[in-house]
Amino acid sequence: MLEISNLVKSYAGERARRGGSQGARVFAVNDVNLNVEKGEMFTLLGPSGCGKTTTLRSIAGLEKPDSGHIGVKGRTLFSAGAGRKTVNVAANRRGLGMVFQSYAIWPHMTVFHNVAFPLQVRPRGQRVGKNEIEQRVHRVLEVMELRRYAERPATKLSGGQQQRLALARALVIEPELLLLDEPLSNLDAKLRESLRYELKRLQRELGITSIYVTHDQIEALSLSSHIAVMRDGEVMQLGKPRDIYENPASKFVAEFIGSSNFVPGHVVGRSGDTYTVDTQAGRLNLTSAADMPAGTEVSAAIRPESLELTTARPTDGQNVWEGVVGTRAFLGDAVDHLVRIGKIELRARSLPNVSLEPGTEVFIKLPADKVSLVPID
Amino acid sequence: MSVATTPAPPAPTPRPPRTPPGPGRTRRFWVPTPKILILGVVGIVVAYLAIVPLWFLIQGTFFDSTSNLFTLEGFKRAYTDAQSFEMMRNSIWFAIGSAVLSLVVGTSLAFLNVRTDVPFKGLFFAASIIPLVVPGILYTVAWIFLASPDIGLVNFALEPIFGPGTFNIYSVWGMIWVEGLHLSPITFLFMVAAFRSQDPSLEESALMSGASRITVLRRITVPLLRPAIAASTLIMTVRALESFEVPALLGLQEGIYVFTSKIYFMLRTYPQDLNGAGALAIGLLGIAALGMVLEHMLSRGAKAYQTVTGKGFRPRPIELGRWRSVAGIAIIGYFFLTVILPMLMLIYTSLLPYYQRPSGKAFSSMTFQNYADLLEMSKATTALKNSLILGASSATLVMVLMAIAAWIVVRSHIPGRKLLDLLSFAPLVIPGLVLGLSLQFVYLRSPIPIYGTIWILLIAYCTRYMPYGMRYAVTSMQQISSELEESAAVSGATWWQVFRRVLLPLLMPGLLAGWIYIFVVSFRELSSSILLYSSGNEILSILIWEQFENGKFTTLAALGVVMVAVLMVLVSIAYKLGAKVGLQQD
Repeated sequence: MLEISNLVKSYAGERARRGGSQGARVFAVNDVNLNVEKGEMFTLLGPSGCGKTTTLRSIAGLEKPDSGHIGVKGRTLFSAGAGRKTVNVAANRRGLGMVFQSYAIWPHMTVFHNVAFPLQVRPRGQRVGKNEIEQRVHRVLEVMELRRYAERPATKLSGGQQQRLALARALVIEPELLLLDEPLSNLDAKLRESLRYELKRLQRELGITSIYVTHDQIEALSLSSHIAVMRDGEVMQLGKPRDIYENPASKFVAEFIGSSNFVPGHVVGRSGDTYTVDTQAGRLNLTSAADMPAGTEVSAAIRPESLELTTARPTDGQNVWEGVVGTRAFLGDAVDHLVRIGKIELRARSLPNVSLEPGTEVFIKLPADKVSLVPID
Repeated sequence: MSVATTPAPPAPTPRPPRTPPGPGRTRRFWVPTPKILILGVVGIVVAYLAIVPLWFLIQGTFFDSTSNLFTLEGFKRAYTDAQSFEMMRNSIWFAIGSAVLSLVVGTSLAFLNVRTDVPFKGLFFAASIIPLVVPGILYTVAWIFLASPDIGLVNFALEPIFGPGTFNIYSVWGMIWVEGLHLSPITFLFMVAAFRSQDPSLEESALMSGASRITVLRRITVPLLRPAIAASTLIMTVRALESFEVPALLGLQEGIYVFTSKIYFMLRTYPQDLNGAGALAIGLLGIAALGMVLEHMLSRGAKAYQTVTGKGFRPRPIELGRWRSVAGIAIIGYFFLTVILPMLMLIYTSLLPYYQRPSGKAFSSMTFQNYADLLEMSKATTALKNSLILGASSATLVMVLMAIAAWIVVRSHIPGRKLLDLLSFAPLVIPGLVLGLSLQFVYLRSPIPIYGTIWILLIAYCTRYMPYGMRYAVTSMQQISSELEESAAVSGATWWQVFRRVLLPLLMPGLLAGWIYIFVVSFRELSSSILLYSSGNEILSILIWEQFENGKFTTLAALGVVMVAVLMVLVSIAYKLGAKVGLQQD
C-alpha cells in the first residue's frame, strides 16, 4: 500500500548555516524503509526530533527529501537519488488526507465550507457538481456526528469537535492514505483518552490505511497495528505493539516504551533461544529471540510488572533473587517497591493488595519469558 | 514616616503582639505611606499630562482669546473658507494614497520575506530601520533633491527622454510617494508579524486538500490576513494624516494644504488665528481618535479568528524558481530607492559649497567646509546639546513614571487603575502638531514661566511618548511572575523595597529598551516642537527646519548627516543591548 525506501532528508548543520562550508549535515531522516499494508494503522513513534514528523511530511509532500522513494499503491509520489528517476508530485496532487496537530481548521469558514473545500478545489476534470458536494459533505459530517453544526463558524467548536472536523475534511475526498500528525496532543488528558478509542473505532470501521505520528507510547500501543520506533532519523525497531513491548531490541526502545529495570551481566551459556546470563544480582535463565553469543556483555531488561514479590521462598527455584524492600509508593491502581539486591535496585510493580514494609526481606521471581536481552550502550 | 505607620515598639522585651487594624480601630491622623505617596504622585502627573492639554485645546478653540466669550467663529473660519473643501480633499487623498502605497509595498515585501526563498533577506531589516534613523524632514529634503522639477536629479537624468520636469515632488502625488515610502517599512514589520503569527498548517492543509498555490493564496492566506491588512491601512492612514514634515515641505510651497500644514500656516501668519487652528486641530484629533477606535474594534474582532495553534512547523518557503532573480532585483531596487539614494543625496549635498547637480565640477569642488562651519556656528552646538539633554531627560522621566504606572495597572487592585491605563495611552491619538498647539494654549495662559524655554519641549515629549513608555513597561511587567514579588513581600520587604530590589532589576531590560526608543524619537521630534520652540533655544530638528526655510541646503545636509549619525549610534546601541526597537515612530 505505502512503500518507503531509503528515505533521506538532511539539513545544513549549524556551522554551514553560519556561512562555513565545512559544517556537517544533520540527518532528520536517515535511510528509512517502511512498508504499510492496506487497512493498517501504522504508527511512527519517537521523542521529539527523531524524524517522525519529517517522515510524515515527506509522505505528504510538504517536505522535500534528499533521496529515496515513496509510493502509494504502486504510484510513485517521490523518487530521487542515484539510479532513481526524479519524481516529486506536488502536495496538492497526491490526493492524501492529513490531520494536523493544530487541526488547521480555517477560521474564516463554516464547518460545512471547511469540509467542502477539498471537493471544491479539485482539478476541473474531476470536480463534482454542487449537489454532490453537498451530499458528500453531509455524509461525512454525519459519520463524524457534526451534521448539526454544519452552518456554524468553525472556531465555535470544542476541541474534540474540531478534531472530528479536521478528520472529516481529510476524509471527504476518500483518500488512499490518511496522515495524522499528533492529532491528540492538543487535548486534555480525559478527552484524549476517549478520542483515542473514537479514532480507533473510526479507523477500523472505515478501513482506511493511516499513518499516525506520536510521541505518546500509550497512544501508539493502544491504537496501532504496527509501530516503528524512531530515533535520530532512524527506525530502531518495527513490529506489532505487543512484540515491541515484550521484546525490545535495544535499551532505547525498552526505556522509551514503558519502563524497564536494566541489570548488567554477560552471557555464559546459550542453546537456541535459551540463555544463561550471569548478572550482578545473580544468575538468570531466560528465553530471548536476540542473537548474543556466549561471553557478550548484555543488559537484561525487565519490566517492573513482570517481577513477582513474595515473602516466602517460591517453590520452583528458577530465577529467584533475594533482596530488601527500600522504598514503597502507593499509586492507586498499583504499588511500586524499590528492592535492593546488593548494589542493584529494582523497581517491582504489584497489584495494590501487595504492600510490604520497607526493610522486609523479599524474594523476587523473574519469569524466564519476561526478560529481554539488549546490547549495552 | 515609618514612625506613623508602624508605631515603634516599646524598647523593652517582650514585644507585645501587634493588634491588626480592625474595623473598630480608627487612627487620628491619616498619614500616607511612601507607597501611597508615590502612587498618588504618579497618578496625578499622568492625569495632568494627558488631560490638561486637551482641556486647554477645547477652551482655546471655543473661547475667544481676548474677550473670553464662547465662540464658534474658529470653526466657521476654518471649515467654511473657500480652501477648506480642497484642504480636506487633499488630506483624504494624501492619507489614503500614502497608506495604500505603503500597504502594497510593505505587504509584498513581507510576503516575499516570510514565505518565499527570495534572496537578500538581510536587506529587508536594514531598510526597515530607516524610518527610525532618517527622520521625515531629512527624507523629504532628500527627495526634493531627487525629484523637484527644477533641481531634481532624477528629472535631470530623465530630461533627454521626457523633457524637463518629469516628476514634480511638489504635488499631492509627490507627497504620497515620499510619505508612502517612508511608512512602508512600518507596514512591512507589521505584516511580517501577521504572516509569522499565522499558523502555517492552515495553508498546508489547503495544499493537502488539493488546492493549488494560487487557490491557497486567494482562499486561505489573503482572507486570513484581512484583519491585519485592514488594521494596518487604518493605522497608516491616521499616521499620514498626522504627518507634518512631508506636507509642510512639499505642499506649502504650491499652496497644497492638508490638516497639519494648514494648522501650521494659520499659526504662522499674522494675525494668528488660534480659534481657527484649534478648530482644525480638534477635527484632526477627532479623525485620529475615530481611526484608533476602529482599529481597536478590528483587532478585537480578529481574535475570533484564533484557533488552536500547534507547535508551528516552519513551513517550507515557496520556491520562486525563475522569478527569484526578478524578486531579487526588485528588492535591490527598493533598497536603493528608499535607503541608498536619499542618503547619498544628503551626503553629497553636505560636501558642496552650494547645491548643484552632480558633475565633474561639482565633485572637484567638494569640501568638508560645511561641517567645519557647524563647529563655528554656536546655534548648532547648542541645538545638539539641547536635543541630547531633552532626549535623555524625557526618556528618563517617562520610564520612571511609567514603571510605577505600569505596576498600578498590571499588579495593583487600586480602583481607577483602568482609568490610569487609558490616560497614559490617550496621547497616542494626539497628533504632534495638535499637542504643540494645546501646550501653547496651556502655557501662554499659565503663570508657570516655561513658555519659550526648552522645558516646555520636555513636557511635550513626555506627553507624546508616555504611551510608548507605558507599552514597554507593561509588557515587561507582565512577563514577571507576581510570585517573585509575593515571595519578597513574605520575606518581609516593604512595598518600596520589593519595587526597588526585586521588580526594578527584573524590569531593567524592558525599561532600557523603552528608554532608548524614547531617547531616539525625542531626539528627532519636530511636529510638536515646531510650535513651541523659541529662537535662541533651538534643537537639532528645528535648526534643520530653519535651514530649509532659509534655503541653506548645504548646511541642512551637513546637520542632517550629523543627526543621522547620532541616531545610528543610538539605534545600534539599542540593537547591541538586544532591545527590540519597535518601529512605532512618530
